Amino acid sequence: MSTEWISACDESSIAKNDVARFDHLDGTYAVVRMSDGICVVMDGLCTHGKAHLAEGFVDGTTIECPKHNGRFNVLTGEPVASPVRVATTVYETRVHNSKIEFRLIK
Amino acid sequence: MRDYTVGGPSSITAAEDGLVDADCYKPKIDRELIKQLMMRNNGWAIAHIASWFAALGVFGWLAHLSWGSWWAVPTFGIYGVLYGSMSDSRWHETGHRTAFRTKWMNDVVYYIASFMIFREPETWRWSHARHHSDTIIVGRDAEIAFKRNVPFYKFVLELVGISAVPNEFKQWIRNSLGNFTNNQKEFQPEETFRISMWASRIYILILAGVVASCVLVRSVEPLMFIGLPSFYGHWLVVTLGITQHAGLAEDVTDHRLNTRTIYMGPLNRWIYWNMNYHVEHHIYPSVPFHSLKKLHLAIKDQLPTPYPSLYQALREVVPTLRRQANDAAYFVKRELPLSVNI
Ligand code: FES
Repeated sequence: MSTEWISACDESSIAKNDVARFDHLDGTYAVVRMSDGICVVMDGLCTHGKAHLAEGFVDGTTIECPKHNGRFNVLTGEPVASPVRVATTVYETRVHNSKIEFRLIK
Repeated sequence: MRDYTVGGPSSITAAEDGLVDADCYKPKIDRELIKQLMMRNNGWAIAHIASWFAALGVFGWLAHLSWGSWWAVPTFGIYGVLYGSMSDSRWHETGHRTAFRTKWMNDVVYYIASFMIFREPETWRWSHARHHSDTIIVGRDAEIAFKRNVPFYKFVLELVGISAVPNEFKQWIRNSLGNFTNNQKEFQPEETFRISMWASRIYILILAGVVASCVLVRSVEPLMFIGLPSFYGHWLVVTLGITQHAGLAEDVTDHRLNTRTIYMGPLNRWIYWNMNYHVEHHIYPSVPFHSLKKLHLAIKDQLPTPYPSLYQALREVVPTLRRQANDAAYFVKRELPLSVNI
């Protein structure tokens, strides 16, 4: 798996407490910017069903899936509210030259 | 005759037709706006829940004072609706965990409201998730309440939960003993059965306590407050809930075709927590009850014309269900706005 940093978007393009979709090769990701400005890139698709987390709702350190309101911890990917039961993948993320970048290693 | 068994033959057809967990229609809406609308607010929910419990307290007290007189009829009538109908919308919204911002507050109210509406909380949490994935998909949706080929009188009897409540009680007993039906196994993960088992045991114990107190005071009055309102106060939620999907298309992936939005007055919207904006709720289940009207205003041009009143919706639903009892192919086709239909 690539250890290159992948540039997802400008940090300023995502408001605080929001999430945006980023597609790369055959993967789709959710780029989260929390209220304290910390940015995290995680797998875009919910582990419960067919929904993209980028259409969801960020509140504090959780992201809520738009389909059944399941929730994940943004920092760890752990499920925090049903019907989500399986953790999602959170990638190593940094802000570099005002860009949100991540690496495809967990 | 359609087979509505969840996981039955219709579910295979649904999968072959691409109807399972399908991508559903989404209207266009500004991200900033939908983000605002998804915001939770503990204050709103606390005020609403407090007003509900206050109303229960006031009418419960009046009902108690009037016990033995004819005044007991209207007072218990209102108390029953507050208990056996209004609990449905509180159950529903806290089940989605959108009522309060704080998760545990949703969960506390969810467990209380589940008991009042007579639903075991864990199984219904999963059946409701399935209802949102596969809304009115035959063989998949575990919450199709108004099926075709069913004599209309059976729906009328459900105004007092004639089969729903006893069937649910039987399930509590089975679950409390660790037995689960194939229907449950179809949509509920096995590792959550323990929660169902304990919730069923606790709910049965509460009911047993109420029955014991009836014996102790030699009166049925305690049951009139806890237990029986799930029957005699149930009629309003059936009247409101029948308008959500009944008589509309089955096996479609556009909520505008299988769900209704109806304009209602403030009293019904308080009781129903704005679930009259049901198309909007299904498309955006993350939007809490207090923002559904704003969501409706933002996307209504992309939705079919809403029904102007509950009465108008019932005027369509009742004859449709009567006809569907013998004509399973018949359903009401909702008209989509031309601008988004092309
Ligand atoms: S698809 Fe995400 S919670 Fe169900």
